[in-house]
Amino acid sequence: MAAKSPAAAAAAPAAGLAPMEVPSGEGQWSAVWKSLRHNGLALVGLYTILFLFTVAAGADFLANNKPYYMIYQGRSYFPLVRSGLVRFGLAKWQPELLNMDFKTVNAERKIFPPIPHLATDIDLRAPFETPSPQHWLGTDKLGRDVLAGLIHGSRISLSIGFVAVGIALVVGVVLGALAGYFGSWVDLLISRIFEVMLTVPTFFLLIAIAAMFPPSIFLTMAIIGLTSWVGMARFTRSEFLRIRGLDYVTAALALGVSTRKIMFRHILPNALAPVLVSVVLGVAGAILTESSLSFLGIGVPLEAVTWGSILNEARSATFAWWLAVFPGAAIFITVLAYYLLGEGLRDALDPRLKGTR
Amino acid sequence: MIPTFIGITILCFLVVHLAPGDPAELMAGGGLAAAGGAGISLQKRGAVDQALAEWRALYGLDKPLHVQYFVWLKNLVRLDLGSSFKDNRSVWEKIRERLPVTLKLEFFSLLLVYAVAIPLGVYSATHRDTFGDYATTVAAFVLFAVPVVWAATMALVFICGGDFLYLFPPGGLTSIDYGREWPLWERINDQTWHLFLPVVLLSYAGFAGLSRYMRSSMLEVLRQDYIQVARAKGLSERIVVFKHAVRNSLIPQVTILAELLPGLIGGSVIIETVFSLPGMGQLGYDAVLARDYPIVLALLTITAVLTLIGILLSDILLAAVDPRIAFGRRSE
Repeated sequence: MAAKSPAAAAAAPAAGLAPMEVPSGEGQWSAVWKSLRHNGLALVGLYTILFLFTVAAGADFLANNKPYYMIYQGRSYFPLVRSGLVRFGLAKWQPELLNMDFKTVNAERKIFPPIPHLATDIDLRAPFETPSPQHWLGTDKLGRDVLAGLIHGSRISLSIGFVAVGIALVVGVVLGALAGYFGSWVDLLISRIFEVMLTVPTFFLLIAIAAMFPPSIFLTMAIIGLTSWVGMARFTRSEFLRIRGLDYVTAALALGVSTRKIMFRHILPNALAPVLVSVVLGVAGAILTESSLSFLGIGVPLEAVTWGSILNEARSATFAWWLAVFPGAAIFITVLAYYLLGEGLRDALDPRLKGTR
Repeated sequence: MIPTFIGITILCFLVVHLAPGDPAELMAGGGLAAAGGAGISLQKRGAVDQALAEWRALYGLDKPLHVQYFVWLKNLVRLDLGSSFKDNRSVWEKIRERLPVTLKLEFFSLLLVYAVAIPLGVYSATHRDTFGDYATTVAAFVLFAVPVVWAATMALVFICGGDFLYLFPPGGLTSIDYGREWPLWERINDQTWHLFLPVVLLSYAGFAGLSRYMRSSMLEVLRQDYIQVARAKGLSERIVVFKHAVRNSLIPQVTILAELLPGLIGGSVIIETVFSLPGMGQLGYDAVLARDYPIVLALLTITAVLTLIGILLSDILLAAVDPRIAFGRRSE
């Protein structure tokens, strides 16, 4: 797959030569998209991921204890929108709505979101309710709605997945690039760091850190990211090793382009393709790790409702099958979607592999 | 090896010691710490502080961090892992107690992984593009994505004697009334019944993943010229596959062995917690919660060193089974 070399494209017009013959039209990414578009399973994964993102982004509008619209004592209100504005300090509650329980208040007209609960709404009169029209997926031991928990929990899962992988990507690409570009003792040193990270039992290390530090979402993101970069670093390293020897890099060197520019403008874009697959699979891994940590009751603060923490409740209440089935299925579907997309990307990026896996 | 080992020890030591929270206070129990805050007389409070300080001195926790590190490293090299903060018993002794359970779990799951994955992979590769191949590929792919926490919880809820089926025990290594006086057969039977579910849960992701590796490595071997030659000289397909192809396609699987080692404690934390099995994972998890530094450090470093040895062994093994691989050149 001939990637369009940025150096060639940039150097040719600058030198005032006739443009070099670059295979016209399509770059690497449009070729990838073309291959992906015909891969049904990868598309299913992609659409599932987009759906999950929509749910996470719209969580407040899908599951909320405040009505979209309400007519109360002859006046109309938009409590949900206002609560959002209040949270960002852009507005204040109307005095008559302050401390109002919208669920029980006697208003002329109330239009609630499809799931009229927040994930954290405790209702001690309705613990362990089986799935019903009031609570589509049942409630947990504190009477919290499971579906609302899943919808709001998707935010935690997806954001931890993305931020953790973002951290891993930055660390992995920088270390891998340094090792692959400079070689010699830099490579030796960095390769030792890879070895350390490969041999240390990562999951147990995560448990140790997560349990010893005060629970926090950001800490969880950071430690998952800082323990999962080795794969990406190794891919980046070998790509840099390979590309560093190509003619266009030598040309850029001869032109006196700065080292930093060669590394990040000229080599990096061409080295990212194989890393991309491990990024997509890494998101799935981070989501799995986060749910395992919250399943053990560490990492994310206890009051936060996550997929793993709902699942954890099923352990002590084995009769409440809905606490086991639904949150686990949410994790499973998310992970499967990322795997499908990752697999599709792998095929798209390296057609030689098609059918061998 | 040595620099990596030093790196491992520094990383583990820093992680454990830089974490906030004072083991002395935890050891002293909620009682003393609570009393310290709850308006006891100044005199008694002084006594509490002094007790804590003495305790820290006893375990060398009052020294600067780098001094503590070198003391610990020196002891580690002499294979002295210290003693648990919790009950002052030697860490070795505590690990020795828990090791058999974890070893049993790991051994049987490893066995299951290979016993399922290799035949499946071979079948898939030799029946390429048939319905059976698609079915196993899809099943393995889906199985690989099933989170262990979910599988374990589902098993606990649906088949371990909750409101649904009672096919397997909800936890433990043996039944409550298990006794040495039971006939041998019944003892084995009871233990198997208890181990079955944890072993399956520990290994399903492994055999799902490995069967796919096995399939692709088998396909690669089947494309080789020497397989064509074997077929051309009239060998039966059976001999071509089992004698010529399978052996060579097993080579890459050797390296997987080393990657499975870190699972020795990490991977089994969840299963051992869910099914209350007194193994290394549970020991580690409890030690983390109690800030029992010597045990946490010991488990981290032992596993890391075992993995390091595992990588080395699999490199040697790889060179031994495949003469094309020479020493001094690491296979990526």
